[in-house]
Amino acid sequence: MQPNDVAVNIPEVIQQIPLNYYLIFSTALFVIGIIGVLTRRNAIIIFMSIELMLNAVNTLLIAFSSYRSDPTGQVFVFFIMAVAAAEVSVGLAIIVMIYRNIRTIDVGVLNKLKW
Amino acid sequence: MNQFNTFLASFKNLTTAGYLFYGLGLITLISAISVVTAKNPIHSVLALIFTFFCLTGHYMLLNAQFLAIVNIIVYAGAIMVLFLFAIMFLNLKEEDEEAKTNVTKMAAVIVGGVLMVLLLSIFNYAPVGTYNPASFDAKTGLVERLGIVLYSDYILPFELASILFLVAMVGAVMLGKREAGDPHF
Repeated sequence: MQPNDVAVNIPEVIQQIPLNYYLIFSTALFVIGIIGVLTRRNAIIIFMSIELMLNAVNTLLIAFSSYRSDPTGQVFVFFIMAVAAAEVSVGLAIIVMIYRNIRTIDVGVLNKLKW
Repeated sequence: MNQFNTFLASFKNLTTAGYLFYGLGLITLISAISVVTAKNPIHSVLALIFTFFCLTGHYMLLNAQFLAIVNIIVYAGAIMVLFLFAIMFLNLKEEDEEAKTNVTKMAAVIVGGVLMVLLLSIFNYAPVGTYNPASFDAKTGLVERLGIVLYSDYILPFELASILFLVAMVGAVMLGKREAGDPHF
């Protein structure tokens, strides 16, 4: 066992939960996002599923960075959040424009480029 | 089976934080599933906001306080308000979305399940390691430590992010602007 003064500083979750469980948790979250993208036709819900996948990756990066005491992983998460915010603003503008032109956001209707 | 027994043994001597991890994890996955399955897009958005709050709890447990707060401000605040705005703007009705055929749905779920099994079986062989008690730094996720790294090693990407936001803002305004002949929704 570690001396008490060291163990006090380590968060309880890190002491008790193996890093593998965070891998399993993030994989499950990521797969839920993938299933959402594949099953839904509403463009906004597809977008939200992409956000879920981004958050699964964020969780895993933060878990690894906390367990290894390396702040670089958390800086990466910060940049992922910045890019996600920019992506959402442009993406929702595109969806609004699609709705204005064809009065629906069902991605099944957008088949003009189909061969 | 052996793994399961060690799991059960470890489950018995958990403290509150350990149980919080399992509870929060379960709630997160359930609300994530309801994001995907909800019929009404508004319920979907509310479930996604709830998922983000649960993930913030996870970040708190991992002692990443700065990102926990940023997650609430950026995701649960800004991004989800944008989603709600778009949905209320577009005035979607529930019957607007005709379901995909059951075959497509089943195929999608099977593809997702196969991917999950594949990833988990790969991770089973990955030596992820664990924390090092001697060199552990509890202050990793605090503003102080992250700020030093962000403003020294990652100063260029940080400044480029501002240009990205400027471009995104211009793009969103250009795309969303009503042209002369366009209808008012």
